[in-house]
Amino acid sequence: MKIVLCVKQVPDTSDIKWTENNTIQREGLESIINPYDVYAFESALRLKNKYKNVNISALTMGPKQAEGMLRKLIAIGVDDAVLLSDKKFAGADTFATAKTIAAAIKSKLSDFDLIVCGQFAIDGDTAQTGPSIANFLDIPQVTYVKEVVGYEDGYLTVIRELDSGFEKVRVKLPALICVLQGEFEPVRARINGIIHSQQVEIPVYGIDDIGLSVEDAGLKGSPTYVNKAYRAPQKETECVFVESCEELAECIKKCGGICE
Amino acid sequence: MSKGILVYSEITSDDYLHTVVFELANKAVELSKKMEDAPVMALVLTKPDLINEYKEAFQKSGFDKVFYVVDERFGTYRTDLFAKAAVQAVKQIDPEIMLVGATCQGRDLAPRISTALGTGLTADCTGLDILENGKFAATRPTFGGQLMATILCKKYPQMASVRPKVFKPSEVDVTRDTVFIKMSVDLDDYVPQIEVLEFTKKLVCDLNDLDSAKIIVAGGKGMKNAEGFALLKKLADKLGGCVGASRVAVEMGLAPQAVQIGQTGKTVSPKLYIACGISGALQHTIGMNSAEKIIAINTDKNAPIFDICDYGIVGDAFEIIPKLLEL
Ligand SMILES: Cc1cc2nc3c(=O)[nH]c(=O)nc-3n(C[C@H](O)[C@H](O)[C@H](O)COP(=O)(O)OP(=O)(O)OC[C@H]3O[C@@H](n4cnc5c(N)ncnc54)[C@H](O)[C@@H]3O)c2cc1C
Repeated sequence: MKIVLCVKQVPDTSDIKWTENNTIQREGLESIINPYDVYAFESALRLKNKYKNVNISALTMGPKQAEGMLRKLIAIGVDDAVLLSDKKFAGADTFATAKTIAAAIKSKLSDFDLIVCGQFAIDGDTAQTGPSIANFLDIPQVTYVKEVVGYEDGYLTVIRELDSGFEKVRVKLPALICVLQGEFEPVRARINGIIHSQQVEIPVYGIDDIGLSVEDAGLKGSPTYVNKAYRAPQKETECVFVESCEELAECIKKCGGICE
Repeated sequence: MSKGILVYSEITSDDYLHTVVFELANKAVELSKKMEDAPVMALVLTKPDLINEYKEAFQKSGFDKVFYVVDERFGTYRTDLFAKAAVQAVKQIDPEIMLVGATCQGRDLAPRISTALGTGLTADCTGLDILENGKFAATRPTFGGQLMATILCKKYPQMASVRPKVFKPSEVDVTRDTVFIKMSVDLDDYVPQIEVLEFTKKLVCDLNDLDSAKIIVAGGKGMKNAEGFALLKKLADKLGGCVGASRVAVEMGLAPQAVQIGQTGKTVSPKLYIACGISGALQHTIGMNSAEKIIAINTDKNAPIFDICDYGIVGDAFEIIPKLLEL
């Protein structure tokens, strides 16, 4: 089984600093692998550990520095990796991003059986790149995957966690899945893996390599655009601190709670 | 392109119209006033025997037109089937704007529709407006809730998704003479690629319906263990409320994922939110900061939750809550 793992490098949103003009200070902002993509990786790795002949190719679109993230993934179990990097990809919204990734998969990794993505990305958090890629490739998708149960005769069985319950679903491959946070033991790199990761060649593809036209990529290929961005308004409340439980019960009552 | 705002009307697994439909309808009615009273429209995919059950609800929530597609197979949501039907229907209706609830189903389906139609989709919006030039402006939080971005779309329909409880349903009767239009789509060559083998309904604590709760008692890592959450449940019962949780508490197994509040959980807007042992990370507060009143119990007087709350007490929840229960 050939798995394509889509990963994204994101700014560490837990560590954002603001300039005086209320814009995000981008210098010194750490890049990390999107936390949900780690779960996607773990799910792919479990398949690799469970079945024979599973190959995992990681794919990312981003700046050249993203190569470091790909090497780290190779050190812990990914077999090979592809980096999509081109100035013409810059400014892409989810539509153009999905189109670019789909074009790359079509031209470079077309014999895939399964594409694995994280359910969300912590910077944009639109939860829609995965389904869009699936649509461009004309394959089915399964979102909100909590657990991959198994693989048999060209079908993958997974468990989805939805608002109202758990759904066990069987999907015909090739397909795409989006993985939620799950209970995984983090994988540690072994020394062999680290050495290997430095030796693997990671091809970097630009727009011409994947047969995409300039009109379809980056800002030009994006139907949406940011009109305005501003710092989220902070709720202006002055907290009134109370000392005793009696006072607290009084506050609860004032706020509409009946503390009988 | 024809005029109007189309609301995708999700049917839940137990055959109800999802509450988010009424919230979106109310917003659509408001927006349509800035669009020369463009029609407010709904699209619903349903089993044939159920459409009549929904008619009154559609009329009452202010829809001018309801487009419906019926098929026996619409009883269970499947991405491939629904996408195939919805894409054809939306093409025929050709609306200016399309709104979808950012539920599990909406988030699964909306990107398939937008991508197939070659248009953009702005997800999880918290504000929608029509600009003076007539463009649809969708505002959403990004960067873990720290930055707000207003996004416009060059293509049509201009699509946006909105989470449940972000907007309110209309409080007044907005009944209209709704026209119901049956549409046909071609599903003849549909070959199922996804099969639902089993569905297990979640038991979201007994009657713990966060969505409609007026009072939510929420716990975080500071509630430490099952006993801590048992205290919260007692307090919630006493106040007639429900229990919610931070992501860390969910990860610790103290509460089910279904009651997680925040960026990757639910958005709630109760009358009163009592945060116990929750630090107040942005990813959490983004899901509850529209509560009318917020009270926090925390041992750390510098916890960020105190920056957004109305009343606070610095202290150990394990001492304070039992005392509250005794009062
Ligand atoms: C992509 C992404 C998405 C996320 N989505 C969500 C989300 O949807 N929802 C969410 O909640 N989080 C989310 N998070 C996580 C979020 O950043 C925080 O880590 C989380 O909200 C913290 O949970 P907490 O407040 O329970 O724990 P902590 O931050 O550890 O806070 C525990 C608090 O309890 C207090 N405390 C300890 N003991 C006591 C006691 N005895 N009595 C009273 N107080 C006590 C402490 O002072 C502290 O303030 C997300 C993070 C990321 C990166």
